[in-house]
Amino acid sequence: MLIIILLISVSLTIAIGFLVAFIWNIKSGQYDDTYGPSVRMLFEDKKKSQSEPISSKKK
Amino acid sequence: MSRTTLQYQIETEALCYHCGQACEEESITMADKSFCCNGCKTVYEILNENNLCDYYTFDQNPGTSLRFVPKETYQFLDEASVKKKLLSFESPDFSRVEFFIPAIHCVSCIWLLENLQRLSNGILQSKVNFGRKQVTIDFKPQSISLSAVAQLLASLGYAPSINLEGSVSQPITSNELLVTKLAIAGFCFGNIMLLSFPEYLGLENSDHQLKILFLFLNLALALPVVVYSANDYFTNAWKSFRQKQINIDVPIAVGLAALFLRSSFDIITQTGAGYLDSLSGLVFFLLIGRWFQSKTYESLAFDRDYKSYFPLAVQKLVGLNWVPTIVYELQKGDNIKIRNVEIIPADSTLTSDEALIDYSFVTGESKPVEAKQGDLIYAGGRVIGQAVELVVEKKTSQSHLTSLWNNAVFQKTEESNYKKIIDQAARKFTWAVMAIAFATAVYWHVVAPSQMWLVLTSVLMVACPCALALAAPFTYGSMLRVFGKHGFYLKNADVIERLSTIDAIVLDKTGTITHGAAHVKFIGALDDEELGWVKLMTSSSTHPLSNLISKSISQSSGATLDSFKEKAGNGLEAKVAGHVIKVGSASFVDFAGQLSNQSSLVFVSIDGMVRGYFTIETALRQSIKELIAKAKGKIVALLSGDNELDKERMSELFPRSTQLLFNQSPHDKLQFISDLQGSGKKVLMIGDGLNDSGALKQSDVGIAVTDDTGVFTPNCDAILNGNQLNKLNDFIRLAKAATTILKIAFAISFFYNIIALGFAMSGNLSPLVAAILMPISSISVAGFSTMAVNRVSQRGLKHVA
Repeated sequence: MLIIILLISVSLTIAIGFLVAFIWNIKSGQYDDTYGPSVRMLFEDKKKSQSEPISSKKK
Repeated sequence: MSRTTLQYQIETEALCYHCGQACEEESITMADKSFCCNGCKTVYEILNENNLCDYYTFDQNPGTSLRFVPKETYQFLDEASVKKKLLSFESPDFSRVEFFIPAIHCVSCIWLLENLQRLSNGILQSKVNFGRKQVTIDFKPQSISLSAVAQLLASLGYAPSINLEGSVSQPITSNELLVTKLAIAGFCFGNIMLLSFPEYLGLENSDHQLKILFLFLNLALALPVVVYSANDYFTNAWKSFRQKQINIDVPIAVGLAALFLRSSFDIITQTGAGYLDSLSGLVFFLLIGRWFQSKTYESLAFDRDYKSYFPLAVQKLVGLNWVPTIVYELQKGDNIKIRNVEIIPADSTLTSDEALIDYSFVTGESKPVEAKQGDLIYAGGRVIGQAVELVVEKKTSQSHLTSLWNNAVFQKTEESNYKKIIDQAARKFTWAVMAIAFATAVYWHVVAPSQMWLVLTSVLMVACPCALALAAPFTYGSMLRVFGKHGFYLKNADVIERLSTIDAIVLDKTGTITHGAAHVKFIGALDDEELGWVKLMTSSSTHPLSNLISKSISQSSGATLDSFKEKAGNGLEAKVAGHVIKVGSASFVDFAGQLSNQSSLVFVSIDGMVRGYFTIETALRQSIKELIAKAKGKIVALLSGDNELDKERMSELFPRSTQLLFNQSPHDKLQFISDLQGSGKKVLMIGDGLNDSGALKQSDVGIAVTDDTGVFTPNCDAILNGNQLNKLNDFIRLAKAATTILKIAFAISFFYNIIALGFAMSGNLSPLVAAILMPISSISVAGFSTMAVNRVSQRGLKHVA
């Protein structure tokens, strides 16, 4: 019986951990711009030669 | 000197390398690339010089067609008080500003805006938030001023939209809060369901202690749901209760409270398992409905208010200099200067000799009014032609314009009809529930007094109209999204309701069924240089015919205008390179001959000699024929402010039953619509929103047709993309379908409520029954609404796509 109580407390703790992480993500603005970072990583660094065309869908 | 006959077709294949628009005139070519206008070419040149042409590699034709921005536009940003409002951080050698830039739309935009430091040394770093269309710029105030930053953005085609009053980020934070609430409700809902499994499966006798532990865990998990996630419902219900009104939140709050109190009582006294799973599930679904609603509204960029039409700054005379000043800081007695097409910000008296003022923004009357020195000029008028000087009489905040707009024009859309319907339903619903609850309580008091409280709380619990609350956001919200996808943007959900009742359509001619694009032909003799002069002149005017002529001429002239006069309704007169040039009507240039022609004619005379004329034939929108074929019976009239030249063409186009009225002033149009309404019709008005704003406002649904959704008139209920006009009848049909769907969804929700009430009144509402019935009702209503709308719209719009 003890094992069930233990398991439940462990699972709840983990779940609450994820919930807190999620709320922290919202608060820190990680969901504000879900598009920008995905294209930003494809940009070449400054002062390099002409980058090759990157085709991406419009909008 | 060569005899030139020009004829340009708009459907040229060449696309502008910068913005992707068709090059309407003979395009400007440079380095194998064609550009539609000088603006686009200039941006390309700037980028080319600074080695920023990667811009064009991320997305094809990423640019935005550019409108000329005069230098003074952003000067007011350097005022200390303005800076304080805009800068989010300020120190002597570091400043940070956030700009809202509506033009951000693709990868290239992000790339260019994040490489601003390569264009100007003063800019340290910039970062784009794509979702919010915002760019945060860090810069060194010693080397670049705030106004120069704004000017730089504008010169690239990314003009920032500046609003000194509201902060941009406000709606986002409320959305954040909602998502947090939703997350907590979802988390608790899931875990309570898990911990309730033993209860569902009937494992009651297995372990008593474990069961009690689970129940108390449930109670602990339900607390944040009730206290945090659902607190809006309780506060709203309390507010409306205190105002002695009953809205949809009242029965919801009562239901939630009954659920929670009954469950707590059951668990603490260990007499039952409680209904906490139902409770948290309900809150979860309700919040999803709200989240969906807020997402829908977020995606409709209809949040600009009339204040965005107010000018932010004007030129004020301080000592001997004209200094840009914020409108709100104008005091009585200040001398101000207003240039062509600028809006007068405050009631003032004219000190210049004369002025032409266009009050169409306020009164809907598009014919400019002439004012003499000393006349009182009301705020909201638009100056046409020469710049004028004025003395401010009243501060802007208490001005004629503000009060006018605050009172009348924007009232129509304020009241949300569908909300009213729901609240009405909720009121009846609440009284019915109260009556049922009371009756059952009395019955059980007689039959089995010990059961009375249990049954009473059960009735209140299942009567919670959650499915009812979900029906409208999901039905209308999905419909708004479908419309938005097809280039039809509604101001709010209420418009759907009104759209569904429409039985008369009134069309405006210019700009609505005829397109801005036109065939312009010059007949007569002008050499290239003279054509360039004409282009120079016409490009200085805002008249639609001038614009068309200016666009049709490809020759440009290096000359400058020495003097320029625009006589409204007549034409333009200017002195270029020593020649007096007149462009305008036959009488304006003293043309004596007779010409019978169906199109508009614009004459040109140089030094008193009539040299020829432009014929301008406006083209019909391609989508208009389909619209007429589909909505034949509904189209009641065509109202045109123009003369009858086009009558023949129009009567061929429209069926006999359609009234064709020409020479209609904006007031006539308004009157026509209110007469129609007087005869019991629900009128839909389609116009371009420029000279028919009064009619758009008067109609039950006013739709502004536009080819550029950036243009927006506060009087309309919806914006329709020009090339989607043919689908209008389908949109009306869909709106009808949406109201039917909403009614069915209401019926479904009532059906579940009645079943649940049956269980509750007979005292048989077990936690398991509640846990199945309540989420299912919410899910089925939300699912039905969304799916039905998508089905209907797919079928309704498929054959046109």
